[in-house]
Amino acid sequence: MLEIENLHAGIDGNEILKGIDLTVNAGEVHAIMGPNGSGKSTLAQVLAGHPAYEVGQGRVAFEGEDLLDLEPEQRSCAGIFMAFQYPVEIHGVTNAYFLRAALNARRRCLGLDELDPVDFMDVLEQKIRAIGWDDSLMNRAVNQGFSGGEKKRNEILQMAVLEPKLAVLDETDSGLDIDALKTVAEAVNKLRRPDNATIVVTHYQRLLNFIVPDHVHVLVKGRIVKSGGKELALELESLGYDWVKGPVPIA
Amino acid sequence: MGSTVEQQVIQPYKYGWTTDVESDSVPAGLNEAVICLISAKKGEPDWLLEWRLKAYRNWLKMREPKWANVQYDPVDYQAIRYYSAPKASPSLESLDQVDPKVLETFAKLGIPLEEQKRLTGVAVDAVFDSVSVATTFKETLAKHGVIFLPFSEAVREHPDLVRQYVGSVVPATDNFFAALNSAVFTDGSFVYVPKGVRCPMELSTYFRINAAQTGQFERTLIIAEEGAYVSYLEGCSAPRRDENQLHAAVVELVALDNAEIKYSTVQNWYPGDEEGRGGIYNFVTKRGDCRGKNAKISWTQVETGSAITWKYPSCLLSGENSIGEFYSVAVTNNRQQADTGTKMIHIGRNTRSTIVSKGISAGKSQNTYRGQVKIMKGAAGARNFSQCDSMLIGDKCGAHTFPYIDVRNSSAIMEHEATTSKIGEDQIFYCQQRGISAEDAVSMIVNGFCKEVFRELPMEFAVEAQNLLGISLEGSVG
Repeated sequence: MLEIENLHAGIDGNEILKGIDLTVNAGEVHAIMGPNGSGKSTLAQVLAGHPAYEVGQGRVAFEGEDLLDLEPEQRSCAGIFMAFQYPVEIHGVTNAYFLRAALNARRRCLGLDELDPVDFMDVLEQKIRAIGWDDSLMNRAVNQGFSGGEKKRNEILQMAVLEPKLAVLDETDSGLDIDALKTVAEAVNKLRRPDNATIVVTHYQRLLNFIVPDHVHVLVKGRIVKSGGKELALELESLGYDWVKGPVPIA
Repeated sequence: MGSTVEQQVIQPYKYGWTTDVESDSVPAGLNEAVICLISAKKGEPDWLLEWRLKAYRNWLKMREPKWANVQYDPVDYQAIRYYSAPKASPSLESLDQVDPKVLETFAKLGIPLEEQKRLTGVAVDAVFDSVSVATTFKETLAKHGVIFLPFSEAVREHPDLVRQYVGSVVPATDNFFAALNSAVFTDGSFVYVPKGVRCPMELSTYFRINAAQTGQFERTLIIAEEGAYVSYLEGCSAPRRDENQLHAAVVELVALDNAEIKYSTVQNWYPGDEEGRGGIYNFVTKRGDCRGKNAKISWTQVETGSAITWKYPSCLLSGENSIGEFYSVAVTNNRQQADTGTKMIHIGRNTRSTIVSKGISAGKSQNTYRGQVKIMKGAAGARNFSQCDSMLIGDKCGAHTFPYIDVRNSSAIMEHEATTSKIGEDQIFYCQQRGISAEDAVSMIVNGFCKEVFRELPMEFAVEAQNLLGISLEGSVG
């Protein structure tokens, strides 16, 4: 589904990703772990197409198509979804309105008719019920005045409605207490299907107790230094990132 | 903000075409003879001509105001034509007498005037350059005692009412532009709602400037007698031209005891091109007088057009417990400059006012809110709430807020809130990530920002206003 080859990218002239290779197949969950500043979020942003990031070299193919040539909304249309680490507030626009605009954009891409507000509410209810939540966030303005947990839940709710092929969860666990973490993880698990894939970007292992990855990659200084199965995350947890960082130069 | 928001691709102004119609106009220039000519063309009584001439003589002694936060080349008042009307339509008993091209013009603007195509529930007065060309639903309204006429016709048919109220809210010598208007005003709408009547439909006037080198100086007067209610909406547009054109209107509202007037404006005059060439100078005086107790006057404006806007729809809260409201969205793009706001003058006891102003600046435009809240000595228990929010799109535009507060009664309660925000690349990216294009994202964010004002607009026009906002900002992001 996703093939990343020798990806170099950065921001403001500073190279952050220094040659990433990664292949993600349908049905898989990949965890990208790494210490602060290793480039985890940069990778997520580059995949989603944030305009502030420049790609130096390498290629990214999504279902065989060159992803890097596409505008962010075209990537969304192709089926890529990113759950933001810091979801943005939009004052005066209700969550329901925003989500309908997003879903209709998605439906246009899929060649489906747009939904009017009434039909949309039906679809929304179904999707919300499927992940076992309620619609209490729907009539509030997008992320405005939301608690940290509500913001993250809102991201997953959008993911549930938009049904992406590839979801990139950028530090979705940050700022969540254990209960909220479980709620969010359960929803993500319910959305797993053989034809979609998930990339979970996280600093901590604890999210991976709930969203169990097939593959774990450790990112250090812009390179994947180690890949393995889910047990790699546990090793990291007990040994710390210094274990994979390699020998520390002596001052 | 990065390059994506900077890029300017200007969408042409949708209403910039002209109608080729034979017109009857006076030569350019302003003097007493021109004023006499205008008055004669309209068959006015002597008192009104005298009133005009007095205003003109005062105007000659006045100076153009310079305090607004706008810059423009001096206006040559002798280069303007003060009257232009499509030929062959002096009497408007039937639409057959109206030049079909004029009817077409309004149809193209989305204002069909033919009986069978009329907007249901909305009566329209259509003003083309200096004259009203058609007024719909006159008879239906007359059954309820509501008078809705072009101003010139009202002068002929209801001279006493006009004489009693004209200039009673905005005196002929109020300010430079009001004095100019009083001297040369041509048409506009007159509304009278009798005691206890709730006007059964929305009233609206559509102003179209067509002729070149011509100014439009309309005058609107709305009177709501005791317990009456009326909702009125005005819209406007003008052709795309390289020279600036002057629009100096006066609007007066009078609300007596327990009466309510809701006045909405969707202003879309030609704003000039991306370099700031051409566009309308919109120098307007609008004021309402809550003359009676419990009276209410509510101004709602959506200002997207004009090269320069100088406009402060105001309320004199004379009656006890009277209420004044001002809801405004002002959008400037490219080189537009707007200096707009309101004045709430609390005179009576327990008077209340609300001001909600939303300014949006894009391109290289300047957007200024200027508002005055004055609580007079006798206005015990007066209350005001003001909220002024500015939004910037890009980093070459400006937003300015000048609130003036003058409180002379210690029992008054005043609240003022102001915010400035910038549409961030992150907000746009967030929407794009959800499949929404940058243009649609800006439109959505801006509409959300303006929501409190849009919900004050009559239903039929709220949608139009939202679309208009989208069009005005098209090209403000790449």
